[in-house]
Amino acid sequence: MSTVSETTHGSAVAMSAAPSPDDGLSAAELAKKYGLSVSGARPSLPEYARQLWDRRHFVVAFSRAKMTAQYSQAKLGQVWQVATPLLNATVYFLIFGLLMQQSKGMGIPTYIPFLVTGVFVFTFTQSSALSGVRAISGNLGLVRALHFPRAVLPISFALQQLQQLLFSMIVLFAFLLGFGHMPKPSWLLIVPVLALQFVFNTGLAMILARLGSKTPDLAQLLPFILRTWMYASGVMYSLVEALKKTHAPGWLVDVLSANPAAVYINLMRDALISGHAAHKHIVLPQHVWALGVGWALLVGVGGFVFFWKAEEQYGRG
Amino acid sequence: MAEQNDTRIPTVIADDVHIVYRVYGGNTGRGSATAALNRLVRRKPGAGVREVHAVKGVSFTAYRGQAIGLIGSNGSGKSTLLKAIAGLLPTERGKVYTDGQPSLLGVNAAMMNDLTGERNVILGGLAMGMSREEIRSRYQGIVDFSGINEKGDFITLPMRTYSSGMAARLRFSIAAAKDHDVLMIDEALATGDRAFQKRSEARVRELRQEAGTVFLVSHNNRSIRDTCDRVLWLERGELLMDGPTDEVVRAYEKETAR
Repeated sequence: MSTVSETTHGSAVAMSAAPSPDDGLSAAELAKKYGLSVSGARPSLPEYARQLWDRRHFVVAFSRAKMTAQYSQAKLGQVWQVATPLLNATVYFLIFGLLMQQSKGMGIPTYIPFLVTGVFVFTFTQSSALSGVRAISGNLGLVRALHFPRAVLPISFALQQLQQLLFSMIVLFAFLLGFGHMPKPSWLLIVPVLALQFVFNTGLAMILARLGSKTPDLAQLLPFILRTWMYASGVMYSLVEALKKTHAPGWLVDVLSANPAAVYINLMRDALISGHAAHKHIVLPQHVWALGVGWALLVGVGGFVFFWKAEEQYGRG
Repeated sequence: MAEQNDTRIPTVIADDVHIVYRVYGGNTGRGSATAALNRLVRRKPGAGVREVHAVKGVSFTAYRGQAIGLIGSNGSGKSTLLKAIAGLLPTERGKVYTDGQPSLLGVNAAMMNDLTGERNVILGGLAMGMSREEIRSRYQGIVDFSGINEKGDFITLPMRTYSSGMAARLRFSIAAAKDHDVLMIDEALATGDRAFQKRSEARVRELRQEAGTVFLVSHNNRSIRDTCDRVLWLERGELLMDGPTDEVVRAYEKETAR
């Protein structure tokens, strides 16, 4: 037996390695000579993007599998994908529409679609953020078991939320029709809005995934941040109208209505809800599409680079 | 034991590898809110974080065609070392050089328990970087190798309904379906029944012959003797012994018999 290698600690086995030209080499030189690479080293950014693209089928299959697994223990199964948003919207209709008769000056037929759109669109970002923050820390088993670009995880979770949102949109369309908002060409605008919001959410999920993997406490804190964000984005009321009433300074109104959640919510409302009452309350800030694209690019690309920077450390937990 | 010629090609080089786990909540007692805040602000690990030095300066070189067993008592750092070789756990100090991407097959390799065995085969294959066509062509082979369907149509049931042995068999079958340059098996064979163990040991030998390197963690010395030609003995994170199977296993048995 001559294949025994040298160890740092004195072994009890007598070493009788045959002389080899590699004997004098250090570990690094030996590795270089035979073209070995450092295990678990972070690939370059283009290489990382390429690896990620190679796993695109895994991303799709993983998010779909998560989606199916979500309701697999329930007796009604996949019906819940539509039933959950439907019940959500019905609760809002019962409370605000029938019980409190509250319509923020829009009239019930406008206010309920206005509210439901806001809730669904914000929930899309909210649940992407919440699943993003646990994307690494909640899947350490997977991270430590298999080798794949870790960005697969936050991207899969964001994609899963997109699929959930598409089911919610079915309910939203039903509500819109029920309250007399007929389909019009501007409904097509929801496609680019959703695409932009999805890119934004994915970037956000990647940022939070890295932060959450280092600081698990963030998962506890995030719901409160998100709730604050929700109230600051005018999910349940017209942001501009509400701020006018409090005589808020102009710059605050501008800043709040330029925040990404408010931008995507209002773009969606503007595309879907028709009527004079609605247009008085859906105030789009200037250059709203530029804002939508800008937020998506900034957070999408920035989040990807930020996530990649710590790629080799996610296994540590 | 196969005598090897001079042209030994290294596939894995571990150079003074240290691995430290940081465990939150393994608290030593004092964890007041102000202390925690102080730690967060100063960004340094404090009393709330305990460090576990799991692997302490292990060095070895593995060559092509070797099957290497890892032995040692529970908690001696065997699995941790394998994870570092696979690049799944970052090293604290030292480096691991590998030829290509090593694959680690562990007992708790993640599977999605709510999904059917069928979906898990597909997901596992995709995660390992196989294409859909490759998976489709190898699917039947994987299922047959696992023997899941021997007692009825179990592959279409969710994995949470499987016994631990069945789940382990399926996991091994998925991982073994791919040709690996370096394959590491972490006690994955222990839960299978005798027939399956025989089949998987044959597969390990096959993988070795395909010029790969196989690492095997096991507490079953017979299984180590049957499959490995070299053994590393780890104890408390340190490499105690490295040599031919017979010598190391005999020394280990002598030590544990006491």
